[in-house]
Amino acid sequence: MTKLCERSRRNFLAQGLAGAAALGVTALCATGEPQTRAERSRVVVARDPHLRGPDAKADSPASSGIDTRRLQALLDQAVAPLFGFPATEKGAVAAWRRVVGAGRTVSLKVNTLGGRGMATNVELVEAACERLQQAGVAAPNITVWDRDSEEMERAGFRIATGGGRVQCYGTDHVGYEEDLAAWGSVGSRLSRILTRSSDVLINLPVLKDHDGAGVTIALKNMYGVIHNPNKYHPNGCNPYVADLNMLTEIRARMRLAVCDATAAMYEGGPGFKPQFSWPCNALLAAEDPVALDFVGWQMIERKRAEMGLQSLEAEKRAPRYIATAADREHHLGHADPAQIQLVEV
Amino acid sequence: MNREFLPAEDETRSAFDRRSFVKCALASGAALSARGFTAPALAADGQTANGAQFTLEARFYQKLDNRKIKCKLCPRECVVGDKERGYCGVRENRGGVYFTLVHSRVCAAHIDPIEKKPLFHYLPGTMAFSIATAGCNVNCKFCQNWDISQSRPEEIPAEYLAPHQAAAVARQYNCPTIAYTYSEPVVFAEYAMDTADAAHAAGVRSVVVSNGYMQHDSLVAAYGRMDAVKIDLKAFSESYYAKVVTGQLKPVLESLVTLRKMGKWTEIVYLVVPTLNDDDAELRGLAAWIKANLGPDVPLHFTQFHPEYLLKNLPITPVPTLERARQIAMAEGLHYVYIGNVPGHPAQNTYCPQCGKMLVERVGFTARQVLIRKNSTCPFCGHRIAGIWRA
Ligand SMILES: [Zn+2]
Repeated sequence: MTKLCERSRRNFLAQGLAGAAALGVTALCATGEPQTRAERSRVVVARDPHLRGPDAKADSPASSGIDTRRLQALLDQAVAPLFGFPATEKGAVAAWRRVVGAGRTVSLKVNTLGGRGMATNVELVEAACERLQQAGVAAPNITVWDRDSEEMERAGFRIATGGGRVQCYGTDHVGYEEDLAAWGSVGSRLSRILTRSSDVLINLPVLKDHDGAGVTIALKNMYGVIHNPNKYHPNGCNPYVADLNMLTEIRARMRLAVCDATAAMYEGGPGFKPQFSWPCNALLAAEDPVALDFVGWQMIERKRAEMGLQSLEAEKRAPRYIATAADREHHLGHADPAQIQLVEV
Repeated sequence: MNREFLPAEDETRSAFDRRSFVKCALASGAALSARGFTAPALAADGQTANGAQFTLEARFYQKLDNRKIKCKLCPRECVVGDKERGYCGVRENRGGVYFTLVHSRVCAAHIDPIEKKPLFHYLPGTMAFSIATAGCNVNCKFCQNWDISQSRPEEIPAEYLAPHQAAAVARQYNCPTIAYTYSEPVVFAEYAMDTADAAHAAGVRSVVVSNGYMQHDSLVAAYGRMDAVKIDLKAFSESYYAKVVTGQLKPVLESLVTLRKMGKWTEIVYLVVPTLNDDDAELRGLAAWIKANLGPDVPLHFTQFHPEYLLKNLPITPVPTLERARQIAMAEGLHYVYIGNVPGHPAQNTYCPQCGKMLVERVGFTARQVLIRKNSTCPFCGHRIAGIWRA
């Protein structure tokens, strides 16, 4: 099993030294105002049916067996076309450079709640970190994070702090800001990793069913950046998910969402249920998390139909927060298929 | 969460830093050991790495299929999957068994006048050893203690304080009562129950300051052990409970009736929030309901709202609004209606409902003068004054 920050091939150590002197706490977001959405949002769905090596059992996503080289290529195919670059390594690096912009620190918010089998793959995160470094971000300025370090370890991440490498730890290491960030129905303390180590935030969720919210993808992954997510589950998490994503501290930082749908879950979430997961072998990428969630939701619905299950709508647990996030009040992105340009590669 | 604010360090007479206070109190554990108690070993931060000493199987839940559980503590009835937590954030499903994570996990401890709870008709002039853990089963937009009530236990510093230790601290500081307050005791019901038992064994009583948003059986089991109860009735409308509290009114009214049937001494606080729960009809409905269902002798405290937390866009409740509320409630026939959070206001004193004479004079949170006779009657006219006036 590969471990993040362990492989010298990734040059985490070597490349990190240059930025080591600049280590420390970044004051606040250096990226300014939240971006406004274009008329249409592009969502790239990249698939590779041969993502898993011959050893991987097709019916068991838990034993990932993912070919890391193919996964890196798949990530390039997802991210490069998003910005109009060719899906080559060079094109991908240019795309990542666009994502990072003038940001000095970049963080990758993974989702490890489901544990190994239904968490953001370590291999995917390593692939993203490699491209980020190629795009000019020093290793120690990259932080891979989630709410809790133990959960991250259970999902296969190796905790790493200090030194010249990519940082990898949970908010439990640094805590939450004392002050409350509030918008609409939401009032929360934000992870200091978000506020102090994330000029740019990359959202790396998974694709899965959620008994209360319908689905949990990019927007809901932000529940992992606040101190009180338990407060926001009533009413199918609506409007809480949308309100949370309105917080300037999140909105201004989140530049890209790449959903790890190498394995996905169409029922029984959010906890990992192997019997309801399938090797989807896909990555979804978008700058607009609402559009990404909408596309991901439809993929889950199609799988449910294929498996003979009722739609989430019929089960009265459609993710209504997605439409809320797109409404006039929030305007976080597009949830209307007419305004989503779906690129399938 | 409840309305009792956590005192800043310079605000209480018995001002202790919340952590050093518990530490200091625990230092006396050595003396306790000599008398047969066992002082627990404290880890460096008062916690073990995984919080094991605070984790105990919850008492109010039902096991479901697929390692899910349904919490039966409060009316939310959270259905919680394995490794997940309920709305309160302090209860966790581990492999199909539901646990409280806050037993003996005290994040706030102070010695306060009992009038600060407020309990006006219960042992006036005494001090209450007041404790809290993290967590709450609602999310009031005006919460004064949101930093503890809306946090998960692992996010805030806490100390281990076993039930018998809490009882010992109360005795040591001459507190006839332990008060479960500041955050929301519903969510630390098991700890409050065990502490009330230990305290009774040590001759110390228990009072609880709560939102009353609880299921019938858990209320009877937990608050049945209490000697007095203060309930925050946040409004007299379901829409307010839905929008401002994230809860429901009906179960709270049912709890009040249950407490009445149990014969628990109960006082009610109503935080008057300008424009949201202060119209005449609502206040009249409230007072009429109290009189009809609980009787005219239940003390009702109208307290002043201060902009806090998520409700910062509203002004402080004008004193005339509070006076109007009091007039309405008195006109409906309630005997003891107070105005709270307004220092020096004459409506914080107790007056005899028959002869109108002042019987308890209060200055700040202190009962300066208590004229009520030992047999709980008015010294001027002999009218019986409801309450528990002496230990
Ligand atoms: Zn009298």
